[in-house]
Amino acid sequence: MQPSSSPAQTSPRANLAGWLYVSPLVLVLVPFFVAPILVVLAASFFATDGFGGLTPGFTLASYVEVLHSALTLKLYLATIKFTVLTWVFTLIIGFFVAYFLVFHVRNQLLAIGLFLLCTVPFWTSNIIRMISWIPLLGKEGLINQALLAVGVIHQPLEVLLFSDLAVVIAYVHQLTIFMIVPIFNSMARIDKKLIEAAIDAGASRFDIMRLIVVPMSKSGIALGTIFVVSIVMGDFFVVKVMSGGGSASVVSAFYEDVGVLQYPTAAASAVLLTLVLVAIVSLILRTVDIRQEITR
Amino acid sequence: MKKDRGDIELAGVCKSFDGVTNVVDGVNLRIADGAYCCFIGPSGCGKTTILRMIAGHEDPTAGEIVIGGQNVVGLAPVQRRTAMMFQSYALFPHLTVRENIAFALRVRGQSKADRLRAADAMIEKVRLTQFADRLPAQLSGGQQQRVALARAAITEPRVLLLDEPLSALDEQLRVQMRQELRRMQQELGITFIHVTHTQLEAIALADLVVVMEQGKIKQAGAARDVYAHPHDRYVAEFMGGQNVLSGRVEKVNGASFTLAQAAPSGIEVPLQARANVSVGDKVDIAVRRDDVALVRPGRDLPPGCTTSLPSRVLAIEYQGYFVKVMLDTVPDDEFVAYVPEKTFFADPFTVGDVVMATWATGSALPLA
Repeated sequence: MQPSSSPAQTSPRANLAGWLYVSPLVLVLVPFFVAPILVVLAASFFATDGFGGLTPGFTLASYVEVLHSALTLKLYLATIKFTVLTWVFTLIIGFFVAYFLVFHVRNQLLAIGLFLLCTVPFWTSNIIRMISWIPLLGKEGLINQALLAVGVIHQPLEVLLFSDLAVVIAYVHQLTIFMIVPIFNSMARIDKKLIEAAIDAGASRFDIMRLIVVPMSKSGIALGTIFVVSIVMGDFFVVKVMSGGGSASVVSAFYEDVGVLQYPTAAASAVLLTLVLVAIVSLILRTVDIRQEITR
Repeated sequence: MKKDRGDIELAGVCKSFDGVTNVVDGVNLRIADGAYCCFIGPSGCGKTTILRMIAGHEDPTAGEIVIGGQNVVGLAPVQRRTAMMFQSYALFPHLTVRENIAFALRVRGQSKADRLRAADAMIEKVRLTQFADRLPAQLSGGQQQRVALARAAITEPRVLLLDEPLSALDEQLRVQMRQELRRMQQELGITFIHVTHTQLEAIALADLVVVMEQGKIKQAGAARDVYAHPHDRYVAEFMGGQNVLSGRVEKVNGASFTLAQAAPSGIEVPLQARANVSVGDKVDIAVRRDDVALVRPGRDLPPGCTTSLPSRVLAIEYQGYFVKVMLDTVPDDEFVAYVPEKTFFADPFTVGDVVMATWATGSALPLA
């Protein structure tokens, strides 16, 4: 303790410089990240008078209520279902789009152009993007009309819009780019000579993908997974709009709670969800050492 | 042990990437089964492209590539039974040494037990047993090179292709790995084709040295042939160890001709290699640097020497067993004498001394 404290004492100037270096990040993180979380955490332990008034104190009543409610489990299952489905489809689409861009498009300019094309949906707002599904998936939408015209169906399919299917479609549409970007990034760093060496050894295309490309894009897949999972689990808007109110997610429950001024229960649910997400993310990070891959 | 022949024949092989210029321009070559062949030339001369065409990673624009009597153009590397060792090795970074070496057997569908046994035998052969479970990043350059060699050799190919295999190593290791390559080649008894830009590497290793320039073969032959009897000025200068002089033929008399130079009596050159020389032709000749003797002016020339060129010593470099003496003998080209250490220090020259450069007439070689 004593020997190590002496250099710190002799260089207060260096110490100050260190704090100055991190200050921009601290100035952003403290008011916009740490403080809100602390407020929510505190609120989850407060009591309420039922009309929006909070009584400072320490009670676990809100947690007991949330954990005892059968609705909580149901909502988590529903959310996890959306998350898993969205994850599977974004992963498959994202992986193959990235694979195509990296390994099949020889012209780099064309690859960058196609990559930018993937971002086109983001030039418009989320709401517009969701609404734009209606003319396609709706009862009198393009798909139903086409199927009716061909004669595959005789009644318009109701399941296309305002259903769980529509929710997943909207999520996949929105979030595939979050898979493409990190996977593209890690694939682009695979030395093309490795592919050639694998061909030289007699590997088929499938072998190359299975034994070389997938293992070497693991960090990108993990990063994309973290993006997709945390966005889907933290969302209620897409579920609300695309299911037509028929489905709900964890977040829609505490949105309702806030609507009826049940702040402590909402806060307790939020804390619970945060813990669940932290657990999922740390599980992903345990399987894939992203830090090692990024600094490679 | 070996069933298939690994002799290679290139017939009129051309390669063009842009459809305009030929990177490889009509190459004809025959490489014997079990030979160690080195392609040598400056970067961009097409040597790596030839290697990649033999390996099946590039298709020739024209011409045939025949391995063991079979035209292999259009076949995949596996069907050709060739294996390539890549420049900077291209080891799979996420696989251990053992898994890297067993990779080719894995994609051929061999059972895990079989392929790991074969890989371990190969690992022992390249003396990497204690590193079998390491990742490539945890190995030194020389060890990585041995992994790459083992990975290429495990499929028992009939031809092994090596793309600048030693260029990533430092000098000392390079000499050591050079011997190891030769040892492996003899042990496996297969054809090795090795691309390099280092002359020493080529002549130390190869049975057949192929000197290339701008997509064409300049000379192909045994190492000693190429070094001691270069075909033309390019080969002589590229392989080194030769002084190249040029001049016009002054007179032709039966067995020799005389080259006009800044010499009192011209340079006499034997004719055996070039019969059709006539007076007035412009001719290049080569004289080995270690054939040049330096004599102080006024002293007798050694026996057999008829030519002597007055020169001034420009620089002297001590090289250990010989001394490199740079002279201003000819105006445009460099002229160097490699004088044995003991001879030099018996009567040492200093920079600025005037000497007579001379050589046995029979050792001058007319070039094409």
